[in-house]
Amino acid sequence: MHLKDISLGYKIPLRVTVLVIVTASILASVLVYRSIGDLRKNMVANAGSIARVIADTLVEPMLHDDVWRAFEIINTPFHIPEDQAKAQGAEYILVLDASNKVFVSTQPEKFPMLSDPITVEPDFSSLLNPLPELNTQAPAIIETHPSNSFYLATAIQSDGVRLGTLIMSYSKKPFEQRFYTLARTAVLITLLVLAVLLPLGVYWGKRMAAPLLQLSDTMSKITPNLPEPDQIELVESKDEIGQLTKSFKAMLGELKEKEHLQQQVITSDRLAALGRLAAGIAHEINNPLGGMLNAISTFKRHGEQDPITLKTLSILERGLLQIKETVAALLVEAKAQTRHFDLNDVADICTLVQPDIEKKHVNFTREIDIIEAQPISSTLVRQVIINLLLNAFHATQQHGQVHLHIYRDSLHLFIDVYNNGSHIPQDKLSYLFEPFTSLSEGGSGLGLWVIYQIVQQLGGLITVQSEPDKTQFTVQLPLEK
Amino acid sequence: MSKILHFLLLILALSFATALHAGTHPAKPPLRIGLTPVFLDDQAAFLNKWRDFLSHHLNRPIAFVQRGSYREIVDMLHEGKLDFAWICGAPYVRNKKFLRLVAVPFYHGKPLYHSYLIVPSTDRNTRSIWDLRGKVFAFSDPDSNSGHLYPEYLLAKQGTQPSIFFAKFFYTWSHRKVVEAVASGLAQGGAVDGYVWDTLSRTHPELTSRTRIVAESPPFGHTPIVAGRSASQQDIAALQRVLFSMVHDEEGGYLLDRLNLDGFVYGNEHLYDSIADMNHFVEKQRLNASQGH
Repeated sequence: MHLKDISLGYKIPLRVTVLVIVTASILASVLVYRSIGDLRKNMVANAGSIARVIADTLVEPMLHDDVWRAFEIINTPFHIPEDQAKAQGAEYILVLDASNKVFVSTQPEKFPMLSDPITVEPDFSSLLNPLPELNTQAPAIIETHPSNSFYLATAIQSDGVRLGTLIMSYSKKPFEQRFYTLARTAVLITLLVLAVLLPLGVYWGKRMAAPLLQLSDTMSKITPNLPEPDQIELVESKDEIGQLTKSFKAMLGELKEKEHLQQQVITSDRLAALGRLAAGIAHEINNPLGGMLNAISTFKRHGEQDPITLKTLSILERGLLQIKETVAALLVEAKAQTRHFDLNDVADICTLVQPDIEKKHVNFTREIDIIEAQPISSTLVRQVIINLLLNAFHATQQHGQVHLHIYRDSLHLFIDVYNNGSHIPQDKLSYLFEPFTSLSEGGSGLGLWVIYQIVQQLGGLITVQSEPDKTQFTVQLPLEK
Repeated sequence: MSKILHFLLLILALSFATALHAGTHPAKPPLRIGLTPVFLDDQAAFLNKWRDFLSHHLNRPIAFVQRGSYREIVDMLHEGKLDFAWICGAPYVRNKKFLRLVAVPFYHGKPLYHSYLIVPSTDRNTRSIWDLRGKVFAFSDPDSNSGHLYPEYLLAKQGTQPSIFFAKFFYTWSHRKVVEAVASGLAQGGAVDGYVWDTLSRTHPELTSRTRIVAESPPFGHTPIVAGRSASQQDIAALQRVLFSMVHDEEGGYLLDRLNLDGFVYGNEHLYDSIADMNHFVEKQRLNASQGH
């Protein structure tokens, strides 16, 4: 797995972690480095001034060849308590005479009097060549890398004459110890800081990644089915991610609308195709059917008629008539211009549906918001309203509620039919207006088909909203000019 | 440095104490006693006690005076700046003309002591001074018998002298510091007062254990307390009485124990004849050597 393939949910906290660790480490290292540098500087300055004082004090004993005095002088710094001497003081002090032989040292066993110090400590060859300047205040400092010490060399002089050289050796161990102590403290503090910052960093990182992750999660859900708007849980804010989220939501809304439109187009196309097919078949059936019925009628009127033939012909005739009815129902044709729809038609409709109302004790209410006649075919509108009402009565329970609302705007007539009966399941809605889609026992499955065909032919729209205990059909029909 | 500081402090302390005592004994001037490192004279608290003891018993103020070398003390005796001094046998025999013997320490039942030849304890091979040819040697004081005259005499008897026999030698101006110089390895050999070494081995065994005694000299008359020109016969008698009676006194016994001595006794000047002989021999040899050059 490549680094760039890791989820942002881990990557951002991981980067924050790395950043915190790197920062803490760099800070700690710089502090340790600075402290060691300061320590060294202080020690060199301190050692330099001690060396100057000792060198000046040694002048008289060296002039007098007083070894014991010189020994006591160079041992003075070693009389301070042991631990302090080890931490800051010199390892040993060596006094060389003018010919670079040992005059006296604090470690006489290592550097016996009159011996050549270079044979004991070869590092001194670079220290004594050239010899330290007579008139400088700062001592020469020699640090040899393989050894664990560094050395300060100071000239011992009287009246411009070199009497000898003072060499002070300092161990690097205190530095190392100090370094380890400092480093340990730094690591400890770094860890402490990390312990505080890391969870915070991880938390912030996660918070930063969360909206992106949410967005990406939602995006992955849009196939195969678009989620409903109320299923999307995206936090909106004014930053870039928030804007992205907003755009994404808008896009989802548009996609949803488009999908809906597409669905509608598909449904109406299918219904149109079905309508054409039904009309075609109806015409093809109607012609031979008319012939057959005429033949039977003619045969009944003329010729011999024994009872069996007559009975058979009656059966044939009834069957053919049933076919004719069915075909007639399928073949909804807007009749030629009839009179306009008016309040009388409404009253007729109410009379016609009265038996159905009484049968189920339906609470039927009306809201008629038209007064004069409307410029639209009364026959077709009556057929639509009766069919819708009959469906509504059929769907509703005993003592159910059915409401009819007729109203108009400047261009359209609207018919709302509401009932509180059993609702239409979602999966049935898309096939609702197709023929032989019966919602209940005993229905022909042609009622809504007829309504749809009429509405289509009139150039109107029919919509349905169905929820539990609330189903409403709305028909919108254009009025003639 | 420390030596000078030590000195200044001591003098300050002494003069202060002297002023106090002057208050209690207004009539008499203080008795001035010079001290040299023939004993462990670097114990200020002990010296104060001893001084108070003497002052109490002599009924007059006492001033202890310490200097860097025997010679300075002897010069002060000569000039009458000191009434008494505890010095070494060698300066006594050299300055017998104006010095009177007051008392001699009694040590291990005798008024005698030895000179020790010591080497660092790490040196397991040295058997005598003759193994130290070409080495670094520490003497205590040029006027010391045990710390200078005796080893010089040994070399002189063989016709040589320190500056030839040793690669280098130096003076520490104190027996105790000879032990320190040898213990630290600064010197590969040293001559030290046997009484001081023994006393140090009681109080500072960690120091003496780092040295090894190679040879012991024949006995010599112990380091004498002498009277200078300014001391009256009465003063001498008074001091003798107090010193000799220390052993009978509880405080005196304690002080003697600190000194690691049995007491003080009358001294016979013949005790120092052997030192005088050595001194005579060495001086003759030096003269010969310088004439030879």
